Amino acid sequence: MSTSNITFRETGSSIKVTPVDEVSLEARAASLATRSIKTNSKRAALHLAIRCMDLTTLEGADTPEKVASLCQKAKRPDPSNHDVPSVAAVCIYPEMVHHAVEATKGSNVKVASVAGAFPSGLSTIEARTADIADAVKRGADEIDIVLNRSAFLAGDEQRAFEEIVASKDACGKAHLKVILEVGELGSYDKIRQASMLAMAAGADFIKTSTGKISQASSLPRVLCMAEAVRDFAQQTNISVGIKAAGGIRTAKQAWHYLVVIGETLGTEWLSPEMFRIGASSLLNDVLLQLKRLDSGSYSGPDYVTVD
Amino acid sequence: MGNSNSKDGSSLEDFGIEYASAVESTSLVNIKDKYGLFIDGNFVESSSGKSFKTLDPSTEKPLSVVTEASSDDVDRAVRAASVSYEKYWKKMPGADRARYLFRIARHLQERAREFAVLETLDGGKPIKESRDVDLPLAAAHFFYHAGWADKLEYAFPQRKLEPHGVVGQIIPWNFPLLMAAWKLAPALACGNTVVLKPAETTPLTALLLAEVIRDVDLPPGVVNIVTGAGKTGSAIVEHPEVNKLAFTGSTEVGKLIQRSAVRRNLPLTLELGGKAPHVIFEDAALDQAIEGVINGIFFNQGHVCCAGSRLLVQESIADNFIDRLQKRIELLRVGNPLDKNTDIGAINSQAQLERIDQLVKAGIEEGAEVFKPSCSLPENGYWYPPTVLTGVQQSHRVAREEIFGPVLVVQTFRTPEEALEKANNTPYGLSAGVWTEKGSLIHWMTERLRAGVIWANTFNKFDPTSPFGGYKESGFGREGGMHGLAAYLKNSGGRS
Amino acid sequence: MTGKIPIAKTYKLFIDGAFPRSESGRTFSVNDTEGELIANVSQASRKDFREAVRAARAAQLPWASRTAYNRGQILYRVAEMLESRKTEFVELLKSIGVNSRSAAREIEDSIQRWVWYAGWSDKYSQILGSVNPVSGPYFNFTVPEPTGVVGIIAPTEPSMLGLISRLAPAIVSGNTVVVVSEGHSSLTSVTIGEVLATSDVPAGVVNILTGDQTDLLPWMVGHLDVNAVDISGISPETDPALLEEAASNVKRVISRQVNEESLELISDFLEMKTVWHPIGR
Repeated sequence: MSTSNITFRETGSSIKVTPVDEVSLEARAASLATRSIKTNSKRAALHLAIRCMDLTTLEGADTPEKVASLCQKAKRPDPSNHDVPSVAAVCIYPEMVHHAVEATKGSNVKVASVAGAFPSGLSTIEARTADIADAVKRGADEIDIVLNRSAFLAGDEQRAFEEIVASKDACGKAHLKVILEVGELGSYDKIRQASMLAMAAGADFIKTSTGKISQASSLPRVLCMAEAVRDFAQQTNISVGIKAAGGIRTAKQAWHYLVVIGETLGTEWLSPEMFRIGASSLLNDVLLQLKRLDSGSYSGPDYVTVD
Repeated sequence: MGNSNSKDGSSLEDFGIEYASAVESTSLVNIKDKYGLFIDGNFVESSSGKSFKTLDPSTEKPLSVVTEASSDDVDRAVRAASVSYEKYWKKMPGADRARYLFRIARHLQERAREFAVLETLDGGKPIKESRDVDLPLAAAHFFYHAGWADKLEYAFPQRKLEPHGVVGQIIPWNFPLLMAAWKLAPALACGNTVVLKPAETTPLTALLLAEVIRDVDLPPGVVNIVTGAGKTGSAIVEHPEVNKLAFTGSTEVGKLIQRSAVRRNLPLTLELGGKAPHVIFEDAALDQAIEGVINGIFFNQGHVCCAGSRLLVQESIADNFIDRLQKRIELLRVGNPLDKNTDIGAINSQAQLERIDQLVKAGIEEGAEVFKPSCSLPENGYWYPPTVLTGVQQSHRVAREEIFGPVLVVQTFRTPEEALEKANNTPYGLSAGVWTEKGSLIHWMTERLRAGVIWANTFNKFDPTSPFGGYKESGFGREGGMHGLAAYLKNSGGRS
Repeated sequence: MTGKIPIAKTYKLFIDGAFPRSESGRTFSVNDTEGELIANVSQASRKDFREAVRAARAAQLPWASRTAYNRGQILYRVAEMLESRKTEFVELLKSIGVNSRSAAREIEDSIQRWVWYAGWSDKYSQILGSVNPVSGPYFNFTVPEPTGVVGIIAPTEPSMLGLISRLAPAIVSGNTVVVVSEGHSSLTSVTIGEVLATSDVPAGVVNILTGDQTDLLPWMVGHLDVNAVDISGISPETDPALLEEAASNVKRVISRQVNEESLELISDFLEMKTVWHPIGR
């Protein structure tokens, strides 16, 4: 297998990968970011952003209490306003999964766990699949693993592919998100190739970043992945989801992502089943914007909860 | 105007999210009831007393009344330019000419939004284009050329340089202010004085520019702006004291002007029509190529002489490419030009709309298949939806004649040789596009395409430093860059 | 004993590397200063002109596709051939009324001019081209390219230096030409054609028609496959209205002093092509 010759796991058919021109791609992303949204649509957009959000904490210092607090925020982002929907999922380390399962019980909030030697992916595949199986066993609905960039960038696409296949098998019923760590791939061509490879190997979602390096999600990178998702759907009839993570802090940014996804992939993707935004500080900005819509005046950070 | 829905019904609006009708305010534009001619530093009446209306093509509502310059008025303007040339401009050091041009550039930047709104009102182009393309580029042209005014000897070393004197310039309606900038900036930098005629459907930004010219204290008569239609233009062309002509517009009118100029051995530059091939090879970055094709033909409603109006796509990817293209076209937003979200604005005039419609009908009669997206068009004003004609043969009128509207014709090819042969098989030669990831093929194509501007893996990019102009019936002489200066200097080695 | 009666040269047309007679079968006579007949020269018709344009068109791309170095070598070879036929040219010019001192001077100047242009072949694009600092992530450059097929009205005076001065700057960049020469200068033009025919200049690059300027000018100016016309050599009596048809295909119309030597003359027969390409990963 090579980047220009990827085989779809399910059917054995070959998947075409299209090259990407950086300058034009970035220009398109920038032009989509100039779209403005109707005031009376803003609430719908902000609610959608919340419903697609994966509230994330991935710190070595995470504790059961910290996770419980995050889950509370996930279930009811604005305690003063019951119209505000809950987020899609909380995203945590495997050790925290059962605490999260407990804390989200009875809600729609899913539990997503990173697994498989996150964030580098550099341990044996056996250890990684065991980690995945453990997280699933603890009750995780979704598993976020990383692409083996080491193998992928060294030209061993076959290995990167097979590891995703093995991870998918280890997931069982849980959804598999494959993190490409786009900031390490070096070019949009590689992002597109990695997207196709991950989807062909069975990813339910492809995700931009671990959040552990400074180069994370960006509008053109997600556009690049969305174009790959669209191509994959066209070639296989299978719709794969997208998760943008890292560096998304403002409601306006979140809106830009929704525009990029909506214009590139259509409304089918504008749901928590197909689109996620991974974030830690975004939610409060979205809540502030909602308050501003309700009251007509600008709110401040003291009026949203810090969790 | 709503967002158009793609076939599978997926649009943000179906989801309860609508783009704002983010209409740019017109309050910063103060349109006068009537405009005079700008001659010798003042706005003056016509000797004939004739005038005409200029409309907002998106509503058909009149915006203002503009004076029609008679041949007597043109004569006055030429004399003013001639006197001013001798009295001020010829004697002025280049460094001082530069300062005036810098000032004009600054004023354009300062009043950019006002100019952009006026441009959109008078011409129908989307505000995001007038705001993000026309205005920044117009200011940049003045800046670029300002710097040349005192450095001409570096551009043309060892030559005795001399301006022509009075230059007559006639510009089109598709980029009214930008074309004025393309014409005025190099002419003034090289030390000429000017009589400029904007197009009759889009005179307002040139007249606002006249105010700027007055505000920066450019000596009276250095720039004169006369409004009117063909008659006014031919009075400029035929005037015996005009020493050089520059025209941007249709090939048809360009030929008439050349007839007149060649008889009198008058220096001339022509920037005329085009029917640019836009060649997509199978290994191209297809998503970006789609964007390039969209931008190539729908930028400014296709009212672009260098528009990529003939899509040549490699047969192996043709079906897939056209399918993607049509889906992308469904997302284009046609409507109120002042709305920031609008991608395609109004057709510039009734006459142009009729011409587009007539050519598309001819294409359908000749056997082309037509694709138009499902968008609705406003009731008033001049509108034409983005249109793709497939099944087009090289012999069809729509493959040969410039449509100058949002209409793309599609043909296929099998090999680079065939692509090249079809691409070059036109009397025009203004621009061409080519998309492939193979570097050597880019060079092979760009070397052989007979056109003055080649966009490889991009399209419709412009810059004051980048010479622009055509081969064959697309005209001669260049605008922009060092090469553009040659047109405004005697003995500079440029074809002038 | 044979050999006493000189064998006079037949002055024919020069089309596509060959020397055909006019298809019209017509000739015109050129006399020397004494009134003695020098030659009956082929009088080209519009059909000959059409054939010459066809040959020039076919030769244009291949000629332009030669390397600049190769074109320079070929042009230098022409200078060598001119040098070797100096005496012949001096005699020829004298026969049509140029005094021997001026004739010798004209030959020397012509050879020098030709060498000067030959040396430009691989340099003009460095002077006339540019890399343009556009605002944005694009590599943008401008290169000169030949205009295509050029019609040249050969100057009648000076007949040799005039034609050399018009021809060299046109073909050095890869244009091909159809020359129309009339009267006495026809003899010089055809002889230059003979030099070109023996100098590695590919067939069709230069085509030389002798005949009547006023007859052929409208066909040249109106021909849609001619991209440029050099009218520097036209007679001052020519009706300027005859030139209007140049607009039929927006021909480049070039008018210069017949005896100029400059880089600008090369650029007269060039088109500037600007290429954009994004810079990215």
